[in-house]
Amino acid sequence: MSSNNGKFKSINQTKNIILVLSGKGGVGKSSVTTQLALSLSSINNNKVGVLDIDLTGPSIPRFFDLEKEKILQGRQGWLPIEKSVLNRTNTLKVISLGFLLNDSKNDSVVWKGPKRQAMIRQFIDDVYWGDSPLDYLIIDTPPGTTDEHIAIIENLRVLENIQNINIKAVIVTTPQRISVNDVKKQINFCNIVELDILGVIENMSGFKCPYCDDCTDIFNKGGGEDLCKELNLPFLGFLPIDPKFVELIEQQNEIVAQNGSDLVSEYLKLSISKDFSKIIEEGKFE
Amino acid sequence: MTTQAVDNAITEEPLHCPGPESEDAGAGDACNSCNYQQFCSSNNNLPKVEDPDIQLIKDNLSCIKNKILVLSGKGGVGKSTFSTLLSFLLSSDPELNIGLLDLDITGPSIPKMIGTMSDKSNATLHMTNNGLIPNYVQDNLATISIQYLLPSLDEAIIWKSAKKETMIKKFLKDTLWNDLDYLIIDTPPGTSDEHILINKLLNKTQSVTGAVLVTTPQEVSLNDVRKEINFCQKVGIRILGLVENMAGFVCGSCNKKTDIFKATTGGGEALCNEFNIPYWGKVPLDPRLGICCDQGESFIDLYPESEATLKLVEIVEKLMDQCEI
Repeated sequence: MSSNNGKFKSINQTKNIILVLSGKGGVGKSSVTTQLALSLSSINNNKVGVLDIDLTGPSIPRFFDLEKEKILQGRQGWLPIEKSVLNRTNTLKVISLGFLLNDSKNDSVVWKGPKRQAMIRQFIDDVYWGDSPLDYLIIDTPPGTTDEHIAIIENLRVLENIQNINIKAVIVTTPQRISVNDVKKQINFCNIVELDILGVIENMSGFKCPYCDDCTDIFNKGGGEDLCKELNLPFLGFLPIDPKFVELIEQQNEIVAQNGSDLVSEYLKLSISKDFSKIIEEGKFE
Repeated sequence: MTTQAVDNAITEEPLHCPGPESEDAGAGDACNSCNYQQFCSSNNNLPKVEDPDIQLIKDNLSCIKNKILVLSGKGGVGKSTFSTLLSFLLSSDPELNIGLLDLDITGPSIPKMIGTMSDKSNATLHMTNNGLIPNYVQDNLATISIQYLLPSLDEAIIWKSAKKETMIKKFLKDTLWNDLDYLIIDTPPGTSDEHILINKLLNKTQSVTGAVLVTTPQEVSLNDVRKEINFCQKVGIRILGLVENMAGFVCGSCNKKTDIFKATTGGGEALCNEFNIPYWGKVPLDPRLGICCDQGESFIDLYPESEATLKLVEIVEKLMDQCEI
């Protein structure tokens, strides 16, 4: 019998849960998670939450420039960090293991499987996402198919059975075959655990030279699209490498302060956000 | 009464369970509410017996001169690519015998990159009475990967840590490496079970020669590499050097260089200064390298004049300086 039976879990009322998965590391799971959160929160006043379950390499705090933040314990549970979004009624809430470390920049988490699984259970059970339910909870995952993945699926299954929440996965890949192979393993995992796949995003697909506008396919092109044809999955679109997006993330503090705006509106100025809005349409996230 | 008994039987471990093999087993705060407290604490009083596998691993690895870990906290920065190129470069000297061990259980890429998957019938391992025979790419380059044991490239391994540990132990204790000069160990991203285990095993046998860290220049990646450095310091692995991969891309049509992954915080060099680690230099991003990896060809043999190859040759020299031959 679970000790949490009967206890109110704030995650129960979430409308949509989107898992961002990829068998391969460094293909842009966190980057896609961030863009998904920014894009979704810019439309329809969505309430968006981001949960980072990459315990040994949490990058989400860096993406949202929240590296120094700490999680507080409220009466109803752990309080996520709120990213301030100017002039909007919506909210963007973030939770990551990085917020629990003393020195999130340097400290490493050297934990074995059972402890990591317990941590994930706690992230699902104990986080208080707010009085009004979230429209979207986007979950960023570590690479591979191991303890974290098994744990998150087990915990979400329980929710799904009780509350009928819409749980879907988005797969991220880069165009190389090396990456596509690992991603196939991830799709195999989704099939085994019966997780619906919303579609595949091909990230780092081409790089536009800022000097001559010539597009080079650094990591090849079309691998993700071919994969979708082969396995009969929806293909959501190509995302090019955009040095401007990297710059925005790395220096968001200065850029946001300079323009007196916020991360979401700065993101919407970039050309990559248009590519991403096509993906949102294609995937029918709305 | 019976339902009560069933309830007890399936109770999960408490959230902060220290684990039965931990020194605090049965004594932690969380243990007070756990049904197995008695079991764990009684177990703790038994004399600690050293894992019998340790001696076996020690015997098996005793003929390897240098054992080098390729680490990075971040995924996709080029650990496997670097391990592959390193093995190819080292094995270009016919006098040296090289082994390449792929410890990434859930995402093995070595076989594909090194070209052993192109002939499917050949991509297997053979078990003999004496042990596991690795897959030979060349006469002096042997590889081991979980991929060779899987029926197809798409098959996923969904294992919890205990099962992965058994596999890693098997690779370490049962592989017939023969006499190797270098064993390159490619690892998965992060600081998880695989890393804890391989360090525990190798430290108790004879410690690894050291670790090579791979990173890309942006802060998001450096952040994770800092954690890896922290891990190495915690467990006492010597860091031989740091390689900054994917640093700069030269546009094929206008020949101008762009830093795709911008080093806004000083990149790998600043990180090395911060932690006092030898900085081994930048390897530029070359689209041809990715294609070679996809097709399992040796980039070094095909493009010996490219900037990336020249840089890698320098790095290998620095590595060899720190190893015994």
